[in-house]
Amino acid sequence: MRIVIASGKGGTGKTTVVANLATYLKLSGLNVSVADCDVEEPNLHLFLNPRLDIEKTTTVPVPKVDPERCTGDDCGLCAQLCRFKALILMAGEVMVFAELCHGCGLCTLACPEKAIIEDSRIIGVVRSGMVGCMPFTEGELRIGEAMSPPLIEAVKSASPKNEVELIDCPPGTSCPVIKSLDGADFSVLVTEPTPFGLHDLDLAVQTLRQLRIPFGVVINRDGMGNSCVHDYLEREGIALLGTIPHSLEAAQAYSRGQLHVGHVQGFEAHYARLWDNIRQQIGEIHS
Amino acid sequence: MIIAISSQGPGLESQVDPRFGRAAGFVVVDTDSGKHSYSDNEQNLQLAQGAGIQAAQNVAKTGATAVITGHVGPKAYLALNKGNIQIFLGASGTVAESLEAYKNGTMQPATSPDKQGHW
Repeated sequence: MRIVIASGKGGTGKTTVVANLATYLKLSGLNVSVADCDVEEPNLHLFLNPRLDIEKTTTVPVPKVDPERCTGDDCGLCAQLCRFKALILMAGEVMVFAELCHGCGLCTLACPEKAIIEDSRIIGVVRSGMVGCMPFTEGELRIGEAMSPPLIEAVKSASPKNEVELIDCPPGTSCPVIKSLDGADFSVLVTEPTPFGLHDLDLAVQTLRQLRIPFGVVINRDGMGNSCVHDYLEREGIALLGTIPHSLEAAQAYSRGQLHVGHVQGFEAHYARLWDNIRQQIGEIHS
Repeated sequence: MIIAISSQGPGLESQVDPRFGRAAGFVVVDTDSGKHSYSDNEQNLQLAQGAGIQAAQNVAKTGATAVITGHVGPKAYLALNKGNIQIFLGASGTVAESLEAYKNGTMQPATSPDKQGHW
């Protein structure tokens, strides 16, 4: 079962929920793995302290044109066909703008002179390891790199498909999020009970509905802000999977890089309830 | 020689378009014959990326050896350079006025891009 923890809004507590829920499930004897798909700013490792054994460089393919075989101005088919406008014909030669290339391979296939071969460029790394007996996978995008989806795909491929796979999703609703959500059996949206939280939660809800991924919401820092999120969930008929209370002690633990589970009294119960409700929702979907 | 001027409209009296890659179009002037034509750039306006290099490719196809515009980004600069097309930046006013400024020698060819991409 692949559960993706997303939010829309940054800083709502996705990583907190993933780290604590994973720890709770591990303690309950479940076979769980975690993957941090926020490859621009991976920080799940700060809370889980994995032993990272393997680091692999991830590349994406880019076209390389052989000027001897290329017929230049007589052709230009590759530049014409490229859907990402990464190639142009200039001064009788093909110019490749590698950072625009999405690695689809069409130019390589289409070239009538077989003048294009596949070269590669580095976009980041994938790291794998363990938190005790729980598999942990993360990715880190090269600084200055714009193309994260292929690296997110690599993180997901490297992550073992345990009984429960928890995925920490990046913030937002664009390509990296869509890529992280791909293949999810269920999504947990983490929000805060404020107008800011609500605004971005609604964007995430619309995204999940378009993707037709079943989901529920957990309200983090419940007790602060106002009731707008609670009201919204009722209006929209969206399942409230659980709440994590606004608590000075919890905030202090977090700021020390500590988990709630095992460090903040009474908090394990919140994650237990969250898991019960997630299981119930997934059960209802399958019946 | 042939010069392409990024323009908001098809005529010499049209305002210069300060953008290169997403200019509305290019007024292409043959300084020898005095004739001019208009090359619409609409197909590049909606592109998510690569507008600058596509515009450079299209400008090169007109036979232009110089471009007069407001600004160019790094990729457009590389592309125009490869095509040996001189770049004159900071143009303003009408197409006719910027052409005059160019002819009077008050514009210098650019030696680097002056904007980041997607500005």
